[in-house]
Amino acid sequence: MKEELFVSGRDIPNIDPYLHIWHWQIPLYLYLGGLAAGILFFATYYVIKGKEKQMQTTVKWATIIAPIALVIGLGALFWDLKHKLYFWQLYTTIRFTSPMSWGAWTLMLITPMSIVWVASYMKEMIPGWDWKFGFLNKFEVWIIKNRVPFAWIMMILAVILGVYTGILLSAFNARPLWNTSILGPLFLTSGLSTGLAAIMWMSKDEHERKTLNRIDLILILVELFLIIHLFMGFMAGSAVKTEAASLFLGGEFTVSFWVFVIILGLAFPATLEALELRGFHVPAWLPPFLILFGGLVFRFVMVEAGQITRFLY
Amino acid sequence: MRYAMAIDTKKCVGCGDCVVACQTENNVPHGYCRDWIVENVSGSYPSVQIELRSERCNHCDNAPCVRCCPTGASHIVEGGIVLVTHDECIGCGACIESCPYDARYPHPEGYVDKCTFCKHRVDKGQNPACVDVCPTHCLHFGDLDDPNSDVSKALKNRKWKVLAPEAGTEPQLYFLT
Amino acid sequence: MTSRRQFIKISAAGVGAATIGINAASGFNLFGSKDETGPASDEDLTPYPTYCEVCFWKCAGWAYVDKKGNIRKIIGNKKDPHSNGRLCPRGTGGIGMYYDEDRLKTPLIRETDSEGNDYFREATWDEALTKVADKMKQIANKYGPEAFGLFNHGNPGGHLEHLMRAYGSETNAEPAFAQCRGPRSVAYYSTFGAYIGSPENTDIRDTRCLVLIGSHIGENMHNSQVQEMSQAIENKATIITVDPRLSTAAGKSTFWLPIKPATDIALLLAWIHVLIYENLYNKEFIDQYAFGFDLLKEHVKTMTPEWAYGITTIEPEMIRRTAREMAGAAPNVVIHPGRHAVWYGDDTQRERAMAILTALLGAWGKRGSLYFAEKISLPHYPQPEYPEPKWTWRDLNNGKYQLATMGITTELLKASIPENNPKHRVRAWLVAGTNLPLSMPDKQLFKKAADSVEFIAVMDTMPMEITGYADVVLPEATYLERYDFLRASQNRIPNVALRMPAVEPKYDSKPGWWISKKIGEKLGLDEYFNYNDYSEVIDWQLKQIGTSLEEMKKIGVKSFPRTEGPLYLADGEDFEFNTNSGKIELYSTDLADAGFDPIPVYKKHPEPPPNFYRLIYGRAPMHTFSRTSNNHNLWDLMNENNVWINPKIADIWELKSGDFVWLKNQDNAVTTFPVKVRVTERIRWDSVYMVHGFGHSDKKLSRAYGRGASDEEMITNVMIDPIMGGTGMRGNFVTFLKEDPRKEVKA
Repeated sequence: MKEELFVSGRDIPNIDPYLHIWHWQIPLYLYLGGLAAGILFFATYYVIKGKEKQMQTTVKWATIIAPIALVIGLGALFWDLKHKLYFWQLYTTIRFTSPMSWGAWTLMLITPMSIVWVASYMKEMIPGWDWKFGFLNKFEVWIIKNRVPFAWIMMILAVILGVYTGILLSAFNARPLWNTSILGPLFLTSGLSTGLAAIMWMSKDEHERKTLNRIDLILILVELFLIIHLFMGFMAGSAVKTEAASLFLGGEFTVSFWVFVIILGLAFPATLEALELRGFHVPAWLPPFLILFGGLVFRFVMVEAGQITRFLY
Repeated sequence: MRYAMAIDTKKCVGCGDCVVACQTENNVPHGYCRDWIVENVSGSYPSVQIELRSERCNHCDNAPCVRCCPTGASHIVEGGIVLVTHDECIGCGACIESCPYDARYPHPEGYVDKCTFCKHRVDKGQNPACVDVCPTHCLHFGDLDDPNSDVSKALKNRKWKVLAPEAGTEPQLYFLT
Repeated sequence: MTSRRQFIKISAAGVGAATIGINAASGFNLFGSKDETGPASDEDLTPYPTYCEVCFWKCAGWAYVDKKGNIRKIIGNKKDPHSNGRLCPRGTGGIGMYYDEDRLKTPLIRETDSEGNDYFREATWDEALTKVADKMKQIANKYGPEAFGLFNHGNPGGHLEHLMRAYGSETNAEPAFAQCRGPRSVAYYSTFGAYIGSPENTDIRDTRCLVLIGSHIGENMHNSQVQEMSQAIENKATIITVDPRLSTAAGKSTFWLPIKPATDIALLLAWIHVLIYENLYNKEFIDQYAFGFDLLKEHVKTMTPEWAYGITTIEPEMIRRTAREMAGAAPNVVIHPGRHAVWYGDDTQRERAMAILTALLGAWGKRGSLYFAEKISLPHYPQPEYPEPKWTWRDLNNGKYQLATMGITTELLKASIPENNPKHRVRAWLVAGTNLPLSMPDKQLFKKAADSVEFIAVMDTMPMEITGYADVVLPEATYLERYDFLRASQNRIPNVALRMPAVEPKYDSKPGWWISKKIGEKLGLDEYFNYNDYSEVIDWQLKQIGTSLEEMKKIGVKSFPRTEGPLYLADGEDFEFNTNSGKIELYSTDLADAGFDPIPVYKKHPEPPPNFYRLIYGRAPMHTFSRTSNNHNLWDLMNENNVWINPKIADIWELKSGDFVWLKNQDNAVTTFPVKVRVTERIRWDSVYMVHGFGHSDKKLSRAYGRGASDEEMITNVMIDPIMGGTGMRGNFVTFLKEDPRKEVKA
């Protein structure tokens, strides 16, 4: 029998016996960041492709979600800070080795940009909208004129944001479950997929929905493929990695992960989407709802489970 | 200059004196600690072994906490001591997540706190409080670059290990086995 | 060197500077006034000399006080041979005793309300002391002062002892004897004509072989001994540990003998057999100094390792090997005499066997064995002679326990109960520094005795179970707040240590000397307290030995040259032992005269019935019995005890680490509180282990209340040592209850 215990009574809140320093705020923040990144990615993508007209919801209406999600996400992050009044210290330096730092900066840029993006479509969305101030109207004209370069910048930022939500975790060598380079692309894919789901839910245009549906199906397949790779990596890895994987393979997260994330959040909506493409009638809200829900659970499970995993010595 | 500590697991009795001395020296609030003792028991009766380790921040050469800190509050100073500047720390918890040794904790005031190798003492040429209090003399501190330092001498003739070397953090706590 | 400024730092004029600037300002203002939470620099602190009161080792140190008058830390005194500048966790954490917000804050007097319920009323010192003094007068008039008993321990008890002696009572007892060291004192005195003393005169520092028989150095944090064991490890000395449990010391030993509990005497006799019959003993030493060797040789003839194997479960080869190991290192061998020695009721005999083993190895008065300790004798402050009491604690033993050297607590309790028809009845108690309900076996005896006496006054710093029985509670200042006796304990070099107040007493607490003096004055005993402040006594004493209070305040500890000869016995030196025969008595004439076995004999002890396990209790390095469990600094280190269970047994009972169980013993006593299970390979399958001192039932101890279980509650079977009245407490067997037994009763 092997025993390992603290004999000096160490029992620090949120650290012992299991690390739980990040509560619900961080997974929510990661989720909303990924969601916003997904929405903004597709909006900018279709603007760059010049398909604004065909993809009205994607480019205009759905983007309203992005700044809201980002602001709520940032609010959650702020909530989670333990030394809140020093928040501004984030913006006194850029530290490239710290995902938290470049995430903060990316959000600092992409949040106002997403607001500007939505604002630049206000007149198209709400006929008769007026900005009241002359300089705002001038700024709007300037943005609309430069929409494609603006979209390019924002698309790059959206990808960074999407990847960042995964890398924030994967950069932590100390947490074996997180410490895999697949997490960046996986979270990006998941973010894109949830973004698409949100757009699909809002879109009333059959053609737009079909297009998005097809992309989403591919994204889900990519995501499943990445998850399989994730586990193959764990199973082929060192003891700490197999230990990490075991949390999902019989461990305490088995049900929440396989049932809610994989089956209900990915496999089932993917099936529904495939059926829809083949002409079967599927309630329009169902696949997006499942994807959005599955994505949320995925972030929670990963953050919770990851904090339990650690090096053994 | 490279400060490091060697912990003699053969001598440590796990009394926790290092923990109390650290708490009183550094005003660590009740319920928190910057150092702690792990007892590892292996084998089966009557062939049983105990390893006792007084653990604390490893003041890693490749410190993940410093790497992931978004504000630069976590930093490394002369001698390789990893410190946190309280007024730069936002309490995001990234460094806590990044530490394979769970050596950091959120101070009730909000900032992240940890072992400082008693820099305020070391600067004056003293040992950290834990080292000077240990009744078994199982802690050895000093400059690795100085072959005559306590820690260099302790490491010279003994087998040692570091914790979780595979984490790549290049820890500077050496456990004499 | 990596600098944290190597990364890009945006200047204040950069992006978003306007809003950030505002946040920055507000942030600083809000936190600008916070208290300094960092470390205090030694230069800003004033050190005051003290010696520790958290345990009996009494290590000297310095209490560092900051400019606001807060004690910040306590650090060992480098000149002190008890601590060598390094206090143990309890000494370092002694600060928690001063800061404990649960302390007794003001004198309390028991009152009864209109509904007949008792309660404590806060009282002035004058009221409380008058009440105690009046009761003392009353007892003296009615029954004689001898009927007022004293239970004491440590320094505060000492001041009351002086008061009681002046008053005319020597009816006192300390748990330190019958519940602790008694058998050792008697055994070594009857063998070598000398006591081991405290700190023990064990030369572990320079030993080549350290033998621990149930002694768990490292878990008992006897400071200098722990330090010296570490030196012994450094010196690659052989360490042999006999213990049914893999103690910390066993874990560091060269040889661990996982003995079946209660069979130690068999092992010791087998070792003696090997030494004698393999001719490994120190012949010259025995020839010159010992008495009764041939009788011993004959006595152990049949006690071979093979014989002992059947009893102890230790392989014969291991017994031989360890005996040879000791002989190889002789005379530089420490057979550690242990300290808490009251286990099975034949403890004086076990200690005798250890003393005999010591003699055979010639490991007495030699480097690396037991050295000749010396202490400075402090002159008594001028006072009249104490009155001669008509009877003393000795008379309570009714002719039994002739060899006892101190009062026996259980006998004092028994003499308090009228149903026992004691020849001399004890009518009232003073209690100081000992929490009787948790330190005495046989709780019923204590309760009955407490109910029988007319009056109990308790002096303590903390509300303990015992204070609940008091009629008057006298809140004592902690050791950090008072002058006290000088410490003049034995050591390699005689030395004296000063304890002086580092701060004023917190709350309305007072030093023990002050309390004794005030009571004494009320009794008209002024001439025994001929000083205004105890510092006068100390100064007078210090001046007699060539120093002064003024000097001692600066140095804390002062050493003096030895005057009683060298630390060790020279080879072949003439030496007369203080025994009847003038020699080391392998055959004890004292014991023979008193009708006991003159040479130890192994006697079988009862074994646990099915589904019961022998309860072994012990120490944790961060606590002193039940006294420290509420100390916040130490509570942080350990806030409850566990019951250690072997995995095989845990499997049978389907118990995992962290589960809670209640313990029930062979007499159906059940623990008040549940205790956490620790499943561990460190304990035998026929025994369980607990750290003593937990399971406090006094709610006034806000941290310690209900944490862990009290082993004392399981000790209902007490095996009395007929030689000296020791209360053997390891003959109790427990089983596990997985449901709250009190709930079942209700349902």
